[in-house]
Amino acid sequence: MKTLNSRRDFIKTSALVTGGILAPSFIVPGAYAAPANELKLAVIGCGGRGTGAVFQAFETGHPIKLVAMADAFQDRMDSSYKAIFDKYGKDKVDVPVEKRFVGFDGYKKAMAEADVVILAAPPGFRPSHFEEAVNQGKQIFAEKPMATDAAGIRKVLAAAEVAKAKKLNVVVGLQRHYQNNYREVMKRVHNGDLGEIVGGQVYWNDGGVWVRERKPEQTEMEYQMRNWYYFNWLCGDHIVEQHVHNIDIANWAKNSYPVKAEGTGGRAVRTGKDHGEIFDHHVITFTYADGSVIHSECRHFPGAANRVDETFQGTKGKVFLSAGNHGVMTDWKGNPIYTHNRENQPNPYQTEHDELWATLVKGEYKFADAENAAKSTMTAIMGRYATYSGKVLTWDEALNGTVDLFPEKLAWDAMPKILPGADGYYPHAIPGKSKVV
Amino acid sequence: MKKYFAASGLILMSFQLNERAVFEAYTQRIPGTEVTFDMTPIPAGTFLMGSNDPDFPDQNPVHEVKLDAFWMGVHEVTWDAFELFLDKHFEESMTEGGLGERVDGLTRPSLPYLDMTFGMGKEGKPAVGMTQYGALQYCHWLYLKTGIFYRIPTEAEWEYAARAGSKSRFFFGENDTLLSEYAWTNSNSQGSTQAVGLKKPNPWGLFDIYGNVQEWTIDGYEPDFYTRSGKENPFNPAEKLYPHVVRGGSFKTIDNEIGSAVRKISDPAWKRIDPQIPKSQWWFPEAPFIGLRIVRPLIPPSPEEIQAYYNQEPIADY
Repeated sequence: MKTLNSRRDFIKTSALVTGGILAPSFIVPGAYAAPANELKLAVIGCGGRGTGAVFQAFETGHPIKLVAMADAFQDRMDSSYKAIFDKYGKDKVDVPVEKRFVGFDGYKKAMAEADVVILAAPPGFRPSHFEEAVNQGKQIFAEKPMATDAAGIRKVLAAAEVAKAKKLNVVVGLQRHYQNNYREVMKRVHNGDLGEIVGGQVYWNDGGVWVRERKPEQTEMEYQMRNWYYFNWLCGDHIVEQHVHNIDIANWAKNSYPVKAEGTGGRAVRTGKDHGEIFDHHVITFTYADGSVIHSECRHFPGAANRVDETFQGTKGKVFLSAGNHGVMTDWKGNPIYTHNRENQPNPYQTEHDELWATLVKGEYKFADAENAAKSTMTAIMGRYATYSGKVLTWDEALNGTVDLFPEKLAWDAMPKILPGADGYYPHAIPGKSKVV
Repeated sequence: MKKYFAASGLILMSFQLNERAVFEAYTQRIPGTEVTFDMTPIPAGTFLMGSNDPDFPDQNPVHEVKLDAFWMGVHEVTWDAFELFLDKHFEESMTEGGLGERVDGLTRPSLPYLDMTFGMGKEGKPAVGMTQYGALQYCHWLYLKTGIFYRIPTEAEWEYAARAGSKSRFFFGENDTLLSEYAWTNSNSQGSTQAVGLKKPNPWGLFDIYGNVQEWTIDGYEPDFYTRSGKENPFNPAEKLYPHVVRGGSFKTIDNEIGSAVRKISDPAWKRIDPQIPKSQWWFPEAPFIGLRIVRPLIPPSPEEIQAYYNQEPIADY
């Protein structure tokens, strides 16, 4: 397997990723034909994010009909359907009960009903859902991250090639790629306005996310599916699920992916039975092929200082970026090179759908986000492998890792591979001891 | 006060009471923690609310309002206190003697996926970005912790306290040239919240009343409310989620939009970039400028009224 992109390959991909900044959009003969009537949409994973993505699709104003839904849980299905139907009504929502698929396997049937699919189940399901959507020839909006382990990434990368061959549009919800401050800054970075990028720091430090408490009637599988953030086969740890956003920006700035990772992490403050197996902090040194270094830091420490942003240093200047529309480029004397106007900026969660659906209704092929999203996810997974093992991981070692976290069987009475001990606590990685690849 | 606490002893007897014999300033400790905040008495009285400025018809007309006495937070609520409420595990780790059962039934915020400090820092800085429901549930948490009925102010209470007896646009006069001595606004904040209490207070001892962060009130906003609001303890119960009245300026507000009578409103656009449906009942990911200041009525309502106040269901937000 080819594991490290050349700069040239990356630029080809990122031209698509950045919405045609480097290459004009193009109409591909024989790409899927836009239907005369409305596009049929299915949503896989009906939590808050999947439901939100359906709203954003409708808010594009293009003719769309929601025709099928799939979720593991009946209650999530019901609340999602109600929210969507209450807002958009029967003209846009035609999902009779028999097209609301509940359980682990419903996604295949739901996809079969649609032209376009939203993939928003927990990240561990992304590889199989993405592969199926590609095999069925669907246009795709997929949430990040793309997988939770190397086995999943390999599946996504293979399917991404098929998607390109089939000219299936794939937009991935790394929404900073659809946010103007990032686009404007990256255009200038790639143009050399900061010289060569020699270093950087990317952060997602905050207080952490939701916890869902165990209920006595739940099987182990149901509990882990409900409290999925704290189990690696579903979430990938917060370095993957959340910090991938910032790590992806480092890769974008560097126009490549790191060749090795080393780091330190652990469970310092989030150590309860409710907190599964994931760490609460990871600090990584990512080294790129040219020897430049990106420092990556993510932690879930309530009470401590928050920081979620990206900074890079080049031979001619530096830049500060954040999801709050910061984009501040200065030279080393502090003179401004570019300052993005933060006011009245579009909503990137809406822009990613606006651009995707505008392309779909014209029957064009323009977006191939899956490969970069998979490789940025892989970068985060490599970071987790480094903190969990305490070892230095090369890209190839990480990507070729054979440890598969996914359960042998998906069923409510089946057992995940990670199980609590007699004291109710889950085992977690011990740096220096644990085998992760 | 004694009479009230005796009457409501059933519900309050298990709390460590911060009972006051006299109506004076006090420091409230959040039990079991090092976190404190200061409250100052605002005497009962009558004042002229609003303005007759034709450019701001929602401030018209000036009308007489009579208010009961209350204490008001000397400062805006900071992250130091608010973060304890946010995260039960964190609160447990910070509280000597454990949490007990009192806060078990409390509805806590979903922890925000985004950084709700917006990169502006926490320590000593005002908590920001919470919904009015979140502000109200913070008061509920304080009640469960202290046994004291805290709430957010009415619009009338806020303006009365801000004016501190003045009739001019600001408590220090008509002209905004002195504003930067009292408030962090767009003109001096460097685009960020600042630690509370660094500027001069108003005559009644309230810091940052015109700046730093805007402050929630309990009132629903109607531009013509003053034409029929009544004289005694007026407030406008909200039937819709938007708009509510917010008062005071923030670190982002331009100086000519600040004044004791200025009425601002909450806006669904503050949740625009929330990518989830239903949108969060707790957070405004595009409102780094909204915070809260709490009050405590001298004569608290009945326990039933207190429960009803805290148990108001949030309105779903799509």
